[in-house]
Amino acid sequence: MKNKNTRKNPEDRHPLVDQLDQLWRNKIAVIGLIIISIFILAAIFAPVLSPHNPVDTALYDQLKPPVWHETGKWKNILGTDDLGRDILSRLIYGARISLLVSVVSVGLAFVCGTFLGCISGYFKGFRDSLIMRLMDILLAFPYILLAIVIVAYLGPSLRNAMVAIGITYVPRFARIVRGSVLEECEKDYVTAARSIGVSDGRIIFIEILPNCLGPLIVQTTLSFASAILDAAALSFLGLGAQPPTPEWGAMIAQSRSLILRASWVMTFPGLAILFAVLGFNLLGDGLRDALDPRLRD
Amino acid sequence: MPAYILRRFLILIPTLLGVSFIVFLMLRLTPGDPAELLLGERATESALQEVREHLGLNEPLHVQYGLFLKRLMKGDLGETIWTRQKVWIEVKQRFPATIELSLVALCISCFFGVLFGIISATRQYSLFDYLSMLGALAGVSMPIFWLGLVFMLIFSLNLGWLPISGRLDVHINLDVVTNFYILDAVLTRNWEALRDALWHIIMPAVTLSTIPTAIVARMTRSSMLEVLRQDYIKTARAKGLSNFKVIFKHALRNALIPVVTTIGLQFGILMGGAILTETIFAWPGVGKWMYDAVMQRDYMVIQGGTLFIATIFVVINLMVDVLYAVINPRISVK
Repeated sequence: MKNKNTRKNPEDRHPLVDQLDQLWRNKIAVIGLIIISIFILAAIFAPVLSPHNPVDTALYDQLKPPVWHETGKWKNILGTDDLGRDILSRLIYGARISLLVSVVSVGLAFVCGTFLGCISGYFKGFRDSLIMRLMDILLAFPYILLAIVIVAYLGPSLRNAMVAIGITYVPRFARIVRGSVLEECEKDYVTAARSIGVSDGRIIFIEILPNCLGPLIVQTTLSFASAILDAAALSFLGLGAQPPTPEWGAMIAQSRSLILRASWVMTFPGLAILFAVLGFNLLGDGLRDALDPRLRD
Repeated sequence: MPAYILRRFLILIPTLLGVSFIVFLMLRLTPGDPAELLLGERATESALQEVREHLGLNEPLHVQYGLFLKRLMKGDLGETIWTRQKVWIEVKQRFPATIELSLVALCISCFFGVLFGIISATRQYSLFDYLSMLGALAGVSMPIFWLGLVFMLIFSLNLGWLPISGRLDVHINLDVVTNFYILDAVLTRNWEALRDALWHIIMPAVTLSTIPTAIVARMTRSSMLEVLRQDYIKTARAKGLSNFKVIFKHALRNALIPVVTTIGLQFGILMGGAILTETIFAWPGVGKWMYDAVMQRDYMVIQGGTLFIATIFVVINLMVDVLYAVINPRISVK
């Protein structure tokens, strides 16, 4: 239907095209995207990429230094830990766990938070006050304290850590969605939908929600970053992934006693966390610039 | 303005009640018998019965919560399970260490965050700007428990410059007055202890300040950039004022308003981060105490500590809000 001429007209372009274009021109976001892609690829192809089995111990290969060390060998590029496990392989498999944790916990927070935020912003009144007070209460616990306490009660495991992080992230999603829904509810298309008798559920999820996606996507990306960080912190404290799971935070915890003898055992998992988190933060910042026109210069 | 402050204070009450209710529910909703959870699997039936009696675990839930609140009002947070100490007294003992660490970290964050933010904003797109903003991005992405270990490896183990852990060297005598060691050392004019206390606090405080410094730097930069674009800055420049005066006297005042809020909110991050930092550096504060409690499954300590930290956090956030309203009169109109 459209010919080339009308498509060139900026007025006719889908806003998404503009936003993707903006994102692509933002070098920082592209760097973030590249970093994330590397981690995702590593996670998907972990069995192909990793030179060794991440949980296989090797008695004769304990604490081998990385390859650039004088005594390092190509067999273990980043060296081995105190049980002779290959660090590179553990890092690659660790990407799977970190990405899994962030997807599950952020997904949980996303679904619950979006649902609560929609109800709150659309129906207003009593339900709104109730939900928002509840969110205030959850926000009254600082930073990862709530997650630590939840895991302390549920018992330490990766699954419980995901649940705990998910719960602590619900308020940020609920608040953002509520704000956007409140704004959208004032617009004519909502009134129009109401007047022709469209059901509330349909108005909220089919009509309104797609228009609130911008800030939601930004929040999701930034939450991925903090979820990886928090999951690693929980595992470091012994409350998340349990040994011998190759989780980055747990790897750092296990290497604490080796800090003088074999600093590489501790160094690389930390760098892996730093770069994975940095990747999501970079992309999140870039997305914010691209999706939120108010912040554009 | 007084009406606004009063309203903010009134919101405090339901929030704190909610916090206490959540903390109260956690123990009761955890699968299994709460009394057994508290005392461990090997507890005798009579001991279990005693705990049930004491916490009213046989009563209906609302009665239990009433009892819980009544004790709370009296400042009774219960007793620790392993050492049989009053939780409230233990918290009070350890809290100065945590506050001291957090305050020093906050000072570091404010100083470096604001400084780097200003320089970055005044030299936008310069090499310094790029480097400091890259540093800030790395800062907010930093696993601080790892950074702490790296610092330890470099500055204590390899270079031997800084003590590896603790608050004070065992050979140093300090008369404890307030439990804030730096303050105590100054009060008793014990300069040797002051030096040692400062030496001990540097590494944990810098580690803890990483994320807040980065956040403050980014906030200062963007706020400063916004202010520098405004007309009154052009006017000030046109008047022939020196660059220094324009930036520090005219721009900074307005640019700092959102930064103050950001700094205030960092306190919560510091209190949470304290659990990680204190654990690594064996800093005897509330955070390390709670971590130990989590490891030993001392739920009375977890419960009391959580309530305490959350209350402090809520009150500080309230004070930040009020302070913000004071320095920015526009907010109270809303």
